[in-house]
Amino acid sequence: MNEVKTPILEMQGITKRFPGVLANDHVDLELYPGEVLALLGENGAGKSTLMNVLVGLYRPDEGEIYVRGKRAEIHSPKDAAALGIGMVHQNFMLVKTMTVAENIILGMSDLPFVPSMETVGKRITEISKRYNLQVDPNAYIWQLSVGEQQRVEILKLVYRGAEILILDEPTAVLTPQESHELAGVLKVMTDEGKSAIFITHKMEEVMEFSDWVRVLQHGKLVAVRRTQDTSPQELARLMVGREVLFRLDKAACTPTETILELQDVHADDDKGLPALRGLSLTIHGGEIVGIAGVAGNGQRQLSEVVTGLRRVTGGQVFIRRKDMTNQNPLSVIKAGVSHIPADRIGMGAVGNMAVSENLVMKGYREAPIVINGVLRPNRILEFAHKMIEMFRIATPTPQTRIKFLSGGNIQKAILAREIDACDGLLVAVYPSRGLDVGATESVRRMLLAQREEGMGVLLISEDLEELLTIADRIAVMFEGQIMGVVASDDADVETLGLMMAGVKREDLAVEIEDAVSTSTASS
Amino acid sequence: MIISLLTSVLSITLRAGTSLVYATVGEIYTERSGILNLGLEGMMLMGAVTAFATAYYSGSVGLGLVVALAVGAMLAAIHAFLTVTMRANQVVSGLSITLFGSGLASFLGQRLGPVSNNYYLVGMVGPKFTPIRIPWLSKIPVLGALFSQDILTYLVYLLVPLAWFYLYKTREGLNLRAVGENPQTADAMGINVTRTRYLYTVFGGMLAGLGGAHLSLAYTPGWTENLTGGRGWIVIALVIFAMWNPARAILGAILFGGINAVQFRIQAAGTTIPAEFLNMLPYLLTILVLIVMTWWEALSKRIGAPAALGNAYMREDK
Amino acid sequence: MRIIFEKRQSISRRAMVLVPVVSFLVSLLLGAILLLISGANPFETYAAMARGTFGSTYNFSETLVKAIPLMLTGLGVSIAFRMRFWNIGAEGQLTLGGVAAAWVALYWAGRVPAFLLLPLAILAGMVAGALWAGVPAFLKAYLGVDETLTTLMLNYVAILFAAHLYYGPWRDPQGYGFPGTAQFDPSVWLPRLVGTRAHLGLIFAIVLALALWFVLNRTRWGFELKIIGENQVAARYLGIGIARNIVLALLLSGALSGLAGACEVTGISRRLQQGLSIGYGYTAIIVAWMAQLNPIAVLFVAILMGALLVGGDQVQMTMGLPASMGLVLQGMILFPMLAGSLFTEYRLRIVRPEKTDPLASETVEAAS
Repeated sequence: MNEVKTPILEMQGITKRFPGVLANDHVDLELYPGEVLALLGENGAGKSTLMNVLVGLYRPDEGEIYVRGKRAEIHSPKDAAALGIGMVHQNFMLVKTMTVAENIILGMSDLPFVPSMETVGKRITEISKRYNLQVDPNAYIWQLSVGEQQRVEILKLVYRGAEILILDEPTAVLTPQESHELAGVLKVMTDEGKSAIFITHKMEEVMEFSDWVRVLQHGKLVAVRRTQDTSPQELARLMVGREVLFRLDKAACTPTETILELQDVHADDDKGLPALRGLSLTIHGGEIVGIAGVAGNGQRQLSEVVTGLRRVTGGQVFIRRKDMTNQNPLSVIKAGVSHIPADRIGMGAVGNMAVSENLVMKGYREAPIVINGVLRPNRILEFAHKMIEMFRIATPTPQTRIKFLSGGNIQKAILAREIDACDGLLVAVYPSRGLDVGATESVRRMLLAQREEGMGVLLISEDLEELLTIADRIAVMFEGQIMGVVASDDADVETLGLMMAGVKREDLAVEIEDAVSTSTASS
Repeated sequence: MIISLLTSVLSITLRAGTSLVYATVGEIYTERSGILNLGLEGMMLMGAVTAFATAYYSGSVGLGLVVALAVGAMLAAIHAFLTVTMRANQVVSGLSITLFGSGLASFLGQRLGPVSNNYYLVGMVGPKFTPIRIPWLSKIPVLGALFSQDILTYLVYLLVPLAWFYLYKTREGLNLRAVGENPQTADAMGINVTRTRYLYTVFGGMLAGLGGAHLSLAYTPGWTENLTGGRGWIVIALVIFAMWNPARAILGAILFGGINAVQFRIQAAGTTIPAEFLNMLPYLLTILVLIVMTWWEALSKRIGAPAALGNAYMREDK
Repeated sequence: MRIIFEKRQSISRRAMVLVPVVSFLVSLLLGAILLLISGANPFETYAAMARGTFGSTYNFSETLVKAIPLMLTGLGVSIAFRMRFWNIGAEGQLTLGGVAAAWVALYWAGRVPAFLLLPLAILAGMVAGALWAGVPAFLKAYLGVDETLTTLMLNYVAILFAAHLYYGPWRDPQGYGFPGTAQFDPSVWLPRLVGTRAHLGLIFAIVLALALWFVLNRTRWGFELKIIGENQVAARYLGIGIARNIVLALLLSGALSGLAGACEVTGISRRLQQGLSIGYGYTAIIVAWMAQLNPIAVLFVAILMGALLVGGDQVQMTMGLPASMGLVLQGMILFPMLAGSLFTEYRLRIVRPEKTDPLASETVEAAS
């Protein structure tokens, strides 16, 4: 490729401020036709903000955007679409109660007043054949798997003639195998001259998907590299800003008595469809059992069943050998179970109440916080000060409403409360999701400390790296069942990936051979 | 005998149900955009009093309708401003519209009347819509009642299928449904959420005003305090009963119009049941409808309400 | 130039106090416009309203007469609203409270010692109000039935039921057809402040407001109610029984409105009659919201709203304006209030226009 290409898209000096945060600080970006640009950075580095500016969801405070060499004013997603820019968001932008076809034409302006769904369906089928994105135009979104929903998102962009596709962490919801398929789809598209921006925080994906990579750190652009001229090691260093990722010293696992035992548990999801189908699992004191799996395979329901938030429709739950099947959340709490929920501000904390109040939400039932049903404000403050100090929660005052804290500090407050109340089992769901490196590290240290204390820890995570680092055993979930449990010392990403795609551990011996050969073939 | 009874029940049902259909279809559209409007009672009362006053002085029922539409639109615009732009609590905003609307309607009812009646509108007789009999069709036994109605009832026959078609078959209807289900997505797809919510809240208010006008110009011509008797609230229940589908709005209106008709007949026939207990029927029926719908929804796991109903939307919320 | 809302870093206390005050002033201003349109002099009208409500001890006591039921129902509504339970049934709960008190006063006289009659009547009123609120609370907590509509529908049922009683079986045979029961025995009269119609209900309201403040802010139960009101998902996760607490809180809410009804019949009319409630239960919603659900503030806002009602009556008598002027003013207070609450969490920011680009002609039009 000797010819000098002109960029199809240029962003110059983009700055975006949110109250108290500089999300983008004079970021530049160039994208060439037929190429894939990876935007690499940790959570909170400003990747999504930059892309939301590009599609007109946010307005930049400073900076200019040029598309095909011309200055572009993008005030809304509509403007972006008119310029051929489209984005697949991390949370899919789909209306669940509508069909695939309806979602695809949603908001299009050059549509007849009464659109013919038949014509639309035909065109969708055409496009899906061309790019190998199979999906039924008449299916409702809620009937589709997460992978299929992503296909709809991509179809939607292509249908609208997008030339520049932005994909925001598209692989987070996919199995490693599905990710390879996505890479294939992107290849077809770039061969046709379309270009893509690929947001990720995983170095391996940069290497697999992209031609160019730009690294963001704390809202600033810190590096631009041609993918073929860089290495995962260099990218990791650029992204984190220090030489190596932290390693946690971990004592050998010394499991004690059985803390949690699930026997053939069945449960439904909110729609009444089966979410757990005959799941069995045992956790001992002094060990961390990790749950791996693609989001939406029953992990949430598993945590809810253990904590009494969801009824089981079959099977039994034992906590310290005591039958706790379908007991209410309060009894489970009293049995010594603590829970760090996935949804921090929605479930784990009460945003409009003070940090101190949030810290006593487990301890308020007993003396010395409460005496004869009357709260003791001084005791609450004392306790709050102690927790704030011990867990290094950064808050202006204990009386500050917790919603004004950063995500990491809210999480630390929840951890402080739950760890203080924990007496046996700690259920942690995506505990480090969305946190920066420092906060992630302290969260992981706290979980390990609980293990040293002899507690059992059930750790649900979407980050295989995290599971391999701190879990003692890893159980892989697929469609509400455990595909197998492996000691983390013996586990590797490839095996876990296959199990995440629904291959049982017993059947793995054969499959691994195939997988290894295909992956070498594709690389 | 039985035929004339059925005819009269059907006729009263249609007349009583007309105002309900207008307001229900309007509220379905408003709620489909994600805005709950509990101000209907106030809007209907204001529509009724202003329509009657206008018709009384101008002699034109048509002008009365126009004023009722405008008044309903203005009150709804206040609600839209508070809930969409200022992101106020939708329940409380709706309640305050109703409190304000009923207060103001009562004030106007004692202020807009002629000097001879001490400025009271109560007791005045003004122009009204009269039933138009359609030749031949109105002669059909029982079903003839469908064709001897006033013009506003005839318009209902058009409104309901049109409202259904617009919501489910057109581009704009698709966008409207998306805004109420998932405003984030609608916004990302280039639909103007704010504009959509304003538009259909105001549209809903206009239809509520029209429903009120039907009460004071056709159903019980004239103005009395609390003319609507809670119809604005019953409509909120009818929207749930219709499961947010304009086509089914007709069913609820028939149910509640029917109970009015039955009430009339029982009272006319002479009965030992106290009138107050008969008058309780629509309200008790509303509660029953709500319980049954809630139970049925829980059983079938189908959520009929727009998912974003009641939630303010703001893009740069971070 | 654009104006955008920007989230504040903390709650603005100043805005929390300023917004209700400014709202009241704005509503007076809007009311003035309405008065001008309908051909009355706003200054004279407001002066007459002020004189009629605060101008003399007696006038002020009449304001209190209207404020007492507003205080009690306002407190009741506040508890429910704190749980995000939209109880707009205070009107019906008040009415039924009056009915139950009248029942005791009329039909228990002679069967229980006379000194017990008044306490029993008041207790009966509270129980009736509690049960009337308990029905929708139960339907909401255990079946998920929307409470806005059920509480409201039950208002009509309660009012019709009361009407049935005083038009029918309970009507005073010596009443010349007047819709109302016979006057109660003086032993069931609620004591009044000498020379006025202001009654013991005022003391009830003040004591209960203080007690409620303590319960909501200083007790374990209050803490649980606060969590439920703020975030039900979190409450469930923390092991707090939501359904049970909603029902309990609503029983308390209804009891307060029932007490208001019992006080009205035993303290003011001394019989059950038409016009027991003049929409107190609805005005209570305004009282509660303007007081920002704070029990102590409810007392003061109730006096203000009571003043608007008395003021409305005054301008009717002195200036021939409809008494509903008071209702119109009340209704308008919430508009600026609702619009203004945004400022406790957001501030306005004015964004300067971007500097003009000399190459504007090169700008790609969005539509192209």
